[in-house]
Amino acid sequence: MGWQWFHRLGSPRWFYEKTSAWIPWLAVLSAALLITGAVWGLAFAPADMKQGNSYRIIYLHVPAAFLALAGYYIMAVSGAIGLIWKMKLADMVMKCAAPIGAVLTFVALFTGAVWGKPTWGTWWVWDARITSMLILFFLYLGVIALQEAYQHQDTANKASAILALVGTVNIPIIYKSVDWWYTLHQPATIKFTSESTIHPSMLYPLLVMVIGFYVFYALVLLLRTRTEILAREKKTRWVRELAVNNGASNERGQA
Amino acid sequence: MKFQFENLTDFLQMSGHGPYVWACYALTAACLIYLCVSPLSKRRKLMAELKRQARITEHELRQQTAQSQSVKN
Repeated sequence: MGWQWFHRLGSPRWFYEKTSAWIPWLAVLSAALLITGAVWGLAFAPADMKQGNSYRIIYLHVPAAFLALAGYYIMAVSGAIGLIWKMKLADMVMKCAAPIGAVLTFVALFTGAVWGKPTWGTWWVWDARITSMLILFFLYLGVIALQEAYQHQDTANKASAILALVGTVNIPIIYKSVDWWYTLHQPATIKFTSESTIHPSMLYPLLVMVIGFYVFYALVLLLRTRTEILAREKKTRWVRELAVNNGASNERGQA
Repeated sequence: MKFQFENLTDFLQMSGHGPYVWACYALTAACLIYLCVSPLSKRRKLMAELKRQARITEHELRQQTAQSQSVKN
């Protein structure tokens, strides 16, 4: 009984129908959080004593980097589940997590470079944190490329799951890089084990943004996975019926 | 909590950091919108394609039945 949900996850159709109701809630919640956090961080949080207003980039840089890392865990763990239990849905989640992670890693790298210019006087340095984030970006691109490289979906899933699992070595390196090789990138300002080195007036909008990015990530991962389910099951009866009914309801809506 | 800038120009310029800050917000907004729109547009194309296929199959079936009826007559 307790494990029934796990077996049901084997059915992409069940997952698709179950998650339909979640989409609007996630969309509204993530939009509200992201807009609130961005306005708060841009206009109402006080300027930083040393960095002035350029620090306002933190409200994008840190949440994007958080989700780039969390998204990698999701991709690697679902890759492992797909390898071990041959679960179709897990393979789809792995495939869909890769482009989202790549975009978020790109956002973290881009905002970091733009923040670096007024703060450090340079767009780019081969600092340990920045280099390991660049490797993360390439790992995501590698998974995307492997998904496209094989004719057979099963082979592609196996290859990209193995790449994703091997690449997890990079994750603790990214986390610890600011402590192990302390060069240019500043150490973490939000700490779970001790007092954060950021004032509450700056911290609260950051937390709103981080939660907003998490909800947004859940939303886009669901959207992508649901589209993937339809694409892979397009020969089945339920998807065909869905397509026909979907069109009918649209026409009714227009009339 | 109060608005940190004197006026809108000050808010846009952010004492010289404006271009950096606004470039980041613009790029991130574009990326997040892309992440939302791309699966939805892919889904819409797929559904339109499936619907078209269903219409073709239906049409063929109707022709077949019409032909078999005319043969009987």
